[in-house]
Amino acid sequence: MRSTKPRTRTARASRSPHLTLLVATRKGAWLFHGDGARKAWRVDGPHFLGHVINHVVLDPRDGRTLLAAAKTGHLGPTVFRSTDLGRRWKEATRPPAFPKEPEREKGRARAVDHTFFLTPGHAAEPGTWYAGTSPHGLFRSDDGGATWEPVSGLNDDPRYRKWMGGPQDGTPDGPKLHSIVVDPRDPAHLFLGMSSGGVHESRDRGRSWTPLVKGLEVVGGLDPSNIAFHDPHTVRLSPADPDRLWQQNHCGIYRLDQPSDTWERVGRSMPRRVGDIGFPLVLHPRDRDTAWVFPMDGSDVWPRTCVEGRAAAYVTRNGGRTWRRLDGGLPQSQAWWTVKRQAMTGDARDPVGLYLGTTGGELWTSRDEGERWACLARGLPEIYALDVAEPAR
Amino acid sequence: MKVLVPTPLRSYTAAGAVEADGATVAEVLADLDRRYPGIRFRMIDEQDRMRPHMRFFVNGEQVFDLARPLRPGDEVQIVQALSGG
Repeated sequence: MRSTKPRTRTARASRSPHLTLLVATRKGAWLFHGDGARKAWRVDGPHFLGHVINHVVLDPRDGRTLLAAAKTGHLGPTVFRSTDLGRRWKEATRPPAFPKEPEREKGRARAVDHTFFLTPGHAAEPGTWYAGTSPHGLFRSDDGGATWEPVSGLNDDPRYRKWMGGPQDGTPDGPKLHSIVVDPRDPAHLFLGMSSGGVHESRDRGRSWTPLVKGLEVVGGLDPSNIAFHDPHTVRLSPADPDRLWQQNHCGIYRLDQPSDTWERVGRSMPRRVGDIGFPLVLHPRDRDTAWVFPMDGSDVWPRTCVEGRAAAYVTRNGGRTWRRLDGGLPQSQAWWTVKRQAMTGDARDPVGLYLGTTGGELWTSRDEGERWACLARGLPEIYALDVAEPAR
Repeated sequence: MKVLVPTPLRSYTAAGAVEADGATVAEVLADLDRRYPGIRFRMIDEQDRMRPHMRFFVNGEQVFDLARPLRPGDEVQIVQALSGG
């Protein structure tokens, strides 16, 4: 197994043995503080009750800065920042926003509806963050999230303008730019995914981008050479091997080992009655061959529920050659919910802890890599995103 | 002039009615943003369009153009068209 020191574990020795689950929902954010054994959890929240929170992320570089992507059903989008683990929040002075378009472009003028995805930049670039928005847009902050600038190399590239979605595209809640990934070996090496817009790679810190879609399937009858027909749901870079990318796509589960530029559909070995359609994907922190997914019903009208109403994650331990069902403790009837693309995550402990949040407002945890699941919370609003972090002492 | 502020925006103003100056609705909103930084972007997008569900009235009459002139003594009302669950 190849391995590289993951950037998220820098300075771990100074970190608390405790974990914090960051829960972003349709009606606010909650923090669940866990003990070292991951058995007892203390709830802190709601924060921003009534706000649509698409993502809450802790900066692993300092262990205490939180960023939250927020809007309400009626107010425009913004980003809130806390430097004391959520005790006090301050709004960004310049949230992600597209430049004002000239009058002749008014018909195509873009405005950020919401920030969907947040990720800290490279360990060598403290203060740098990236944000992905709906409609598709990439933004960067170099001051810890206080002010944001558009990444013009993507947002204004005429090719990308053709591929990016408009209000009628993408998910029912608008096209998303998501899965912004920074190579832990090189701050200039970036990946991102766009719902109905493909997977893309930059080697110059976002100044230029190249599609990375070879080998990916598209919906039957459509032309795979049209980037707009490619619909990545989640893209992840292996912490154990940064040459390896995994992807849960609208059309299956894929893996790519660079320098190859061709994705391999490793989800074909999933049980036929379950299929390999879903949204989230979690990678093992130390084993490049282990990945977890949470399949959903992607038949006819895309019900997007647990397949047959029976909840289960699936794991591969051999790079996608075979998959095994993990449903211990999860409901095996009448589970008509699903797990959104950002609502499943894992910690870096041994054994790895897994966490999933449902569209029905339930939080489920596993301390043994998915063998047994227990419900941590019920009655939350629809869960949009889940991150697990190790706060500073 | 007096500006009535709906509850979702009172985290900025801490009051339901505040004062702001301007010869047009757009200028009043710009002045509000100077007094309460960040409040304008929650109502008006980066293309200077009113956001969906945001409505503006002057003396009870709905405004569709932010260039609408104002006179001293006018009252601006900001209203949110609350809907959904």
